Amino acid sequence: MFDDFLIRAFVAGIGLAIITGPLGCFIVWRRLSYFGDTLAHSALLGVVIAYALSFNIVISVFLISGIISLALLYLQKKTYLPNDALLGLLAHSVLAIGLVLLGILSFIRIDLMGLLFGDILSVNTTDLLIIWIGGCIVMVLLLLIWRPLFAGTVNLELAKAEGLNPEFANTIFTLLIAAVIAISIKIVGILLITGLLIIPASASRNLSSTPVQMAVIASIIGVISVIFGLYSSLTWNSSTGPTILSLSLGIFILTLLPWKKLLKQKKEIDLSNK
Amino acid sequence: MEKSLIELNNCGVTRNQKWLVRGVTLKVSQGQIVTLIGPNGSGKSTTAKIALGILNPDEGTNFIKNDIKISYVPQKISIDWSLPLRVLDFMNIIEKHKINEITDALTMTGIGHLLNRDVRNLSGGEFQRLLMARAIAKNPNFLVLDEPVQGVDYPGEIALYKTIQEIVKNINCGILLISHNLHVVMSQTDHVICLNGHVCCSGAPKSIVKEPEYIKLFGKNLDPTLTFYQHDHDHKHLPDGSIDQSH
Repeated sequence: MFDDFLIRAFVAGIGLAIITGPLGCFIVWRRLSYFGDTLAHSALLGVVIAYALSFNIVISVFLISGIISLALLYLQKKTYLPNDALLGLLAHSVLAIGLVLLGILSFIRIDLMGLLFGDILSVNTTDLLIIWIGGCIVMVLLLLIWRPLFAGTVNLELAKAEGLNPEFANTIFTLLIAAVIAISIKIVGILLITGLLIIPASASRNLSSTPVQMAVIASIIGVISVIFGLYSSLTWNSSTGPTILSLSLGIFILTLLPWKKLLKQKKEIDLSNK
Repeated sequence: MEKSLIELNNCGVTRNQKWLVRGVTLKVSQGQIVTLIGPNGSGKSTTAKIALGILNPDEGTNFIKNDIKISYVPQKISIDWSLPLRVLDFMNIIEKHKINEITDALTMTGIGHLLNRDVRNLSGGEFQRLLMARAIAKNPNFLVLDEPVQGVDYPGEIALYKTIQEIVKNINCGILLISHNLHVVMSQTDHVICLNGHVCCSGAPKSIVKEPEYIKLFGKNLDPTLTFYQHDHDHKHLPDGSIDQSH
């Protein structure tokens, strides 16, 4: 069944979309929208190190992303800078270090376009296993830390005062994002993974009235974008990752329509016809 | 001797080479209301945070009894607009409660009708009542109220303080109350601590108003036990805006 490259692409994309839904919601709630970007920028350094030391890329990217995540948590405590400034600082400086290293180690050749866009159509069975097993672990851990993480998102001091450990949950959460980026970057590229974290969650906000609802709808929107994006990219012969993201943007625009009002009006018209 | 729920011993917190508060000693026991008063910047909230274990003292020690349930009503919470959150969800953020416990607590603070309302559409006073309801629903052993009535209208303020008294009676918890609103608070308090970077004076509410340190900070005429004003309502305002004349 997984022989067909298209089925593999579907399974990989759907797996990613399910896990990026709830993670993306927390990213939006915590105003960390550039966090994915920052980790993605730092991934270059991870890739360079992996090539230089002939090391596994996924592990290398995860280690570097993990270090950057912990650095962010440390800087949040130690400086008075807002999250966006810290994320920009880390993103650009680590990207710069990656490029400097790449220049020094001139024997390394890296396909930058591949890193940026990946190729979901070339996913193999091992990649599928990595995405689904890794994704399941991430999901289980997220559910385990959900309460302290969510309470800390609403109010850190309240959560801390009443006996939860929101800071520990924060650390785990940032490492989970690092893990998701690491397992998906080679497979689907920076653009698709960061887009899948932000766009479905943002679209979902327009439709939801509770946090759990928002997380579930975000996953559903992600899955719909992956399915229709893959079909459309085949039909139009366009590159897959960008097509998937364009579709989720389309869904975001649809969610801006005043659905509740429209449905209400329709109900009233139906009633007056009776 | 009764065992206290929390105890601060000569606690101090320093930030940027400046003492926010220093030399604070206090304890709260079961069924007791301890009130912290003091001008702005006197370290009231900082003291509360030491008592809650949010801040560790840079000097002195804080003791918090094991296995006690703590509820905290912070001075200020702002909720991000990206977060869809109903009153019901907010009640459950720290731990999940049964729906009847939630409605009881909301009714007790006078916002029973707002259960499914989005939290960010509440007024300041309604939100304050929600914070209080959430704290009560937990059935705590130790309750910290940091300016719990700010933004609440005057009749509501008195009602909320009555609720606080009822809570102490019903669930027999210890309360640490922070307020600058002397006249309403103090007639119901067991012990008052007057703070201004350090403990200026402390004692029972009636004796403290005679302390020279207190008079220096708050003036002579603000005798709380005398100026306490009971708002005499001969009717009752129902949540939907109508008026109940039955009593």
